[in-house]
Amino acid sequence: MLTYVIRRLLMAIPTLIFISLIIFLLLDLAPGDPTSQLPLTIPDEVRQQIRESLGLGQPVHIRYWKWLTQMVYYEPAYYLSQATGWFDPPEVARMLSWQTRAPVMDIILERLPQTLRVVGLAYVVGVLIALPIGIISAYRQYSVFDQAGTFVSMIGYSIPPFFSGVLMIVIFSVGMPRDSFWWFPSVYDTTLKVVDWETFWKQVRQMVLPVMVLALQTTAQISRFMRASMLDNLGQDYVRTARAKGLTESVVVMKHVLRNSMIPVVTVIALGVPAIFGGAIITEQIFKVNGIGQFLIISIQASDVPSVQTLTFIFAVLIVLFNLIADVLYGILDPRIRYD
Amino acid sequence: MPDPGQTVLEVRNLKTVFQTRGGEVHAVNDVSFELRPGELLGVVGESGSGKSVTMMSLLKLLPIPPAEIRSGTVKFDGKDLLRVDADTLRAVRGGKIGFVFQDPMTSLNPVFTVGMQLMEPLRKHMGLSKSAARTRARELLELVGIPDAARRLKDYPHQFSGGMRQRVMIAIALACDPKVLIADEPTTALDVTIQAQIIELMKELQERLGMAVIWITHDLGVIAGIADRVLVMYGGQIVEQAPVRELFANPRHPYTAALLKTVPSVRGARADRLTIIEGQPPILNAAPAACPFRDRCERRIERCARENPAREPVGPGHDAACFVAAAEVESAHV
Ligand SMILES: Nc1ncnc2c1ncn2[C@@H]1O[C@H](COP(=O)(O)OP(=O)(O)OP(=O)(O)O)[C@@H](O)[C@H]1O
Ligand SMILES: [Mg+2]
Repeated sequence: MLTYVIRRLLMAIPTLIFISLIIFLLLDLAPGDPTSQLPLTIPDEVRQQIRESLGLGQPVHIRYWKWLTQMVYYEPAYYLSQATGWFDPPEVARMLSWQTRAPVMDIILERLPQTLRVVGLAYVVGVLIALPIGIISAYRQYSVFDQAGTFVSMIGYSIPPFFSGVLMIVIFSVGMPRDSFWWFPSVYDTTLKVVDWETFWKQVRQMVLPVMVLALQTTAQISRFMRASMLDNLGQDYVRTARAKGLTESVVVMKHVLRNSMIPVVTVIALGVPAIFGGAIITEQIFKVNGIGQFLIISIQASDVPSVQTLTFIFAVLIVLFNLIADVLYGILDPRIRYD
Repeated sequence: MPDPGQTVLEVRNLKTVFQTRGGEVHAVNDVSFELRPGELLGVVGESGSGKSVTMMSLLKLLPIPPAEIRSGTVKFDGKDLLRVDADTLRAVRGGKIGFVFQDPMTSLNPVFTVGMQLMEPLRKHMGLSKSAARTRARELLELVGIPDAARRLKDYPHQFSGGMRQRVMIAIALACDPKVLIADEPTTALDVTIQAQIIELMKELQERLGMAVIWITHDLGVIAGIADRVLVMYGGQIVEQAPVRELFANPRHPYTAALLKTVPSVRGARADRLTIIEGQPPILNAAPAACPFRDRCERRIERCARENPAREPVGPGHDAACFVAAAEVESAHV
């Protein structure tokens, strides 16, 4: 298993280099100008100077190489030296956002907790709701519960977050009286500091709407998947064997069937983790959560190429990484799979 | 030798129906039989004749729906297994009645070790501690002839060959010293040498442990070698029942007679002597109102299309569901 993981990690390196090249070139070719957001009164010569000061005068391969080494070597080295103090930070300037002139990595790290708190929690909530729904739906196939589950999943699948998000705001922020229990804020206040029960409660309440919107999507997908996987296994011969041994239904279903059904579901859950960051882009925008999804949108609008490149590359790394994690989990859960 | 007076299992008028998209499938029609202590009862019949469904109905192991047990009683230990509560039924399943299923390749759970799957019924029915169950599991694997048993307990099903998995299934069925063992084609998936080994083993275990066995098979040769008594099934019904020698010497039902002809005899058998039964098995979409074999029967009379014959005695401990056979016996007596 360990050799397999190491081999896969080594194989990921050329993949990621290739991806980074594509990302870099595509964004480099994209129309857009870092000075386009500046006031029109700035004369053309000054604009040219600004572009050159941003490093845009150099040939493309030099710029790519600088970006790549910065991202995979200098930035990690910087954080390592900050964290441990074992060596001095590298003597290379940090990669700066064109828009804010702050180091891109600092911005991302500053925004990451908001994303993780809202999107990560939504994913966990979604999965935790989805699993029991899937199990019960399969065990009671075609029951009222199953039909209701199918209906809710259909809604979750077919209504995109930019619609369900607005719908939630209309119902719970606009439609409810301000003092009602069912009123929830539509704007996520990042400056809120949790210091006591009251602020904690406020924090919980402002997370409700975005978490609900994102969790609906996750629940829809995972519960369908869980149901299908359970149904697949409930019809297997080994289930009959388990019953013929005199085991109770709960042991048969929650041990024998569930353990088998979880194998593909766990894989799908792992594969879905990077996707939640992508999916959060729109939801963060709607609820004004200043996480990395929102940062990506702002950066795109401002033609802030280094930020967009870096964020996109981080998504790519997450996808490759969680693919590996999914494969490893599969191997751990299914004794028939041997990777070495 | 089995005692003809007593029964361990008594099945009366069992009817099982499947609800399918294409309508009902009457897989088991009015099946009655009994099993005597220590007896090996062979069940034969072509594919689809309802052998597996009958036996699974006894312990309610069919998926409900689509299956539905319409009527019948299954008397075991003074109770009707079709009407006892779930707990009592579970105590019988895997405890007093062991079941070996047709397909050893898929009947074990792929994600648990063989040891764990073998220890489960031991802990449940016999209340053994973990270590006691492990010891007994090892003994059981040794009993069914799996070498290096202690180590193999930690292996997963995919690490066993088909024959070995079937032995594991037998070990699971035997785990709690059952009074009755139901073996559904326990050797069909295996090659001939392994088949012979398993048959040998089962026969030996049956004698040693004194349990009654129901052995389903297609293989009349196997039946001739090991069974005490035979049930012949056709179209969801038992069409003939007799002690094994009597059946082979004196088959009364035309289906049984035809079935015996399909077996190449060992002496001087040639391919051209191998006959097949012409025609198709019956369609089971309604409760039978006529003899299910009539379309393929060479001896059918007009009455066969009007009535479904009941089993009538045609010899010592021998009965058959055929008007022609019953009439022959009648006339022989007059
Ligand atoms: N789940 C099911 N749904 C519908 N019909 C079924 C189902 N299971 C079995 N049957 C039908 O019941 C009948 C009897 O099947 P059964 O499996 O008992 O045959 P069998 O005698 O065991 O055959 P084989 O020797 O091939 O195992 C067949 O006609 C089959 O099509
Ligand atoms: Mg069968």
